[in-house]
Amino acid sequence: MASLSLRTSRHLATSTRTTAPWICQSCCQSRTFASSVSRNQQPPPPPSHQDPTQPPLPGTRQDDAPTHFGFSTIPSTLKASRVANVFSSVASSYDTMNDLMSLGIHRLWKDHFVRCLNPGIRPTGPAGLRSESTKEEGQRILDIAGGTGDIAQRMLDHATTVNKDMKTHVTISDINPEMLAEGRKRFAGSDYQLAGRVDFLEANAENLSTIPSNSIDLYTVAFGIRNFTHKDQALREAFRVLKPGGVFACLEFTPHLSNSVLDGLYKRWSFGAIPLIGQVVAGDRDSYQYLVESIERFPGQGEFRDMIKEAGFLVPGQEGGEGEKGGWEDLSLGIAAVHKGVKPV
Amino acid sequence: MSRPTLHRLLHLPSSLRTFSVLSRPTPNYPSHVPLTPLERASLAITSAFGSLLNPHRHDLIAALGEATASPYFISRLHRAMLANPTGRRILRERPRITSKTMRLEELREYPENSVGRAYAEWLDREGVTPDTRDGVRYIDNEEEAYVMQRYRETHDFTHAITGLPVIIEGELAVKAFEFANTLLPMTALSLVAFVRLKKAERARFWSVYLPWAVRNGLKAEEVVNVYWEEELGTDVGVLRGRLGIEVPPDLRGIRKREREERKRERGVREAEGRAAERNGEATG
Repeated sequence: MASLSLRTSRHLATSTRTTAPWICQSCCQSRTFASSVSRNQQPPPPPSHQDPTQPPLPGTRQDDAPTHFGFSTIPSTLKASRVANVFSSVASSYDTMNDLMSLGIHRLWKDHFVRCLNPGIRPTGPAGLRSESTKEEGQRILDIAGGTGDIAQRMLDHATTVNKDMKTHVTISDINPEMLAEGRKRFAGSDYQLAGRVDFLEANAENLSTIPSNSIDLYTVAFGIRNFTHKDQALREAFRVLKPGGVFACLEFTPHLSNSVLDGLYKRWSFGAIPLIGQVVAGDRDSYQYLVESIERFPGQGEFRDMIKEAGFLVPGQEGGEGEKGGWEDLSLGIAAVHKGVKPV
Repeated sequence: MSRPTLHRLLHLPSSLRTFSVLSRPTPNYPSHVPLTPLERASLAITSAFGSLLNPHRHDLIAALGEATASPYFISRLHRAMLANPTGRRILRERPRITSKTMRLEELREYPENSVGRAYAEWLDREGVTPDTRDGVRYIDNEEEAYVMQRYRETHDFTHAITGLPVIIEGELAVKAFEFANTLLPMTALSLVAFVRLKKAERARFWSVYLPWAVRNGLKAEEVVNVYWEEELGTDVGVLRGRLGIEVPPDLRGIRKREREERKRERGVREAEGRAAERNGEATG
C-alpha cells in the first residue's frame, strides 16, 4: 500500500548546542496581529459506520476506530488518501493561497518560527578550537510536511546568513509527491542544492523507517501535523529519530482564539472567506473547506502540549499555565502556536 | 413582539431568513452549499472578475451564473418550465446530457439535417465534446438547481442549431440570445467580454449578431423547454421554425472570407511595393 499523503514533518535537530536555545526569551515575544480567522461550521454528523478495507500500516495500531476528516467521520485507513487528494489538488497554488488566506501573515509566522529556533552553529573562537568542537557533518534538520520547501529555505538562509554555518543540512520530507515536486522546483539549481545541503524524502511521518534513530538535530513540522491520521505515532517517530538533546518544534493553527469576540470574527473569515478564495483562485472549494475544518478539529494548545510530553519530550511550563508558562507560544492572538519539546539526554 | 408577528417572522421563506457561515443548514442535494447573502455577493463579484480575466475558468462562469440567478431569475425560468407540458415532463424525468447519454458515434449516423446530426457535426467542427459540465452547487432549491444544470447542458444544442462557433464572437452571440430567451443575469454579464473583441469583430457584433440575438431570443419559444433527447431525429429547419429562430450569418464563413481578403490585399500591396522599388532602382 502506498504511503498515504501526510504533510511532511520537518525535523530540526539542535542537539549539538550546549544550552537549550529553543526558549529564546529575547526574540520569542508573541506578536499580536489581529487577523482573526474564524472557523466553525455545523456540528459534526454522528460517527458513521466505518469499513476498513486496507491492512493497517506496519507499526501502527489496529485501525478500527473512525477518525475525523474535517467535519466528516471516515475510517482511519482512508484518511491519508483523502488528505492526499486535498494536497495534490492545492499543491500548485499552495503558496499563493497561503498569502491570500492569511493576508501574508503566514510569512511572519514562519520567519518568527525559524528565527526562534536559530538553526545553524555559529562558529566561535579560533579556527583550531572550532574544528574540535564542531561536528564534521553540521546540523541535520528534518522538515516534515515541508513539501513546498518554504521552511527549509528559511532554515538554510538563517543558518548560512546569520550563523555563518555552511554545513547545515535539511531533509525535506512530505508524503505527497506533488507538494514535494513544488519543493524540488524551489531548490532546483540553487546553491544549497549544488552544495548538497538539501535533499527530498517522500515518506509518511508516522513511519520514518529510512531515517536512523538518534540522527536528527532538529525536527520541524509547520502546518502539517493537523493532517496526520495518528499524531501520537508521528510524535513517537519524531522522538525516535531525534538525537538526545534534539529539539522538536511544531508550528500549527489552533482551534480557537482566547478572545471570544475576535474568535467569532476569525471563524467567520475562515468558514466564509477561505473556501470562497479557494473556489475563485484555486478552483477548489472543497479542499479549502477541509483545511478550515481540520483546524477546528485540532487539539487545543494545552492538550497538544500534553501529547508532546506523552511522547517522551521535555516541555517546560506549569500545569494549567497559558502561553509561555504553559509550554507553548501563541502567535497573532492565538491563531497559530509554536510548540517545542526537547528529547531528554 | 406579538405572537402573530413572531409567527410570521418564523415562517419567512428561507431565502430571506439568514444563517451564518458557522451554522449552515443541511444541504438540499449532494454538493449543495448554502450561501449567506454576503457570500453570494462576494462570489458573484469575484467570479465575474475572475472569469473576465481568464475566460477559460468555466467553473467561475458557472459560479457567477448560480450566484446571480437567485432569488428571482432562476425561479422565473423554473416557472416557465412548469407552464409548458414538455417542460413539466423534463422536470419529472430529469434527463442529463453527458458523453455517455449523447454518443457521438451514433449521432453522426443520424439523417442529414437532423438535430442529432447537426449537433454531432457542430461538436466535430468546433473540436468539443459533450463533457460533463460543472455541477450546480449554489442554488438552494433542488428543482431550480436541476433547471440550471439543464440550461448548462443544453447550451451546446443552442450553438448547434444556430451554427455559431465557440470562438468568443460566437459565444457572445449565443449568450445574448440566451439572455433574451432565459433572462439569466450571467448571460447578460458575459457580454462584458465584448471588450475583448477586436474592432472589426465589435462592429460585426453590434450590427449583425446582437440584433439577431435580441430579435430571436425574444420572439422564440423558451429553449429550455425543448426535450432535446426526443428531438434528435427532427429536421433542424422544422425545429427552428417551430421555435421561431432564424439562422444567423455563418460566422466562421465570414471570418474566413475576411482573412482571405486581407491576405489578398497584403499580397497586392507587397507586389506594388516591389514594383515601386524596381522602378526606383531603374530611374534612381
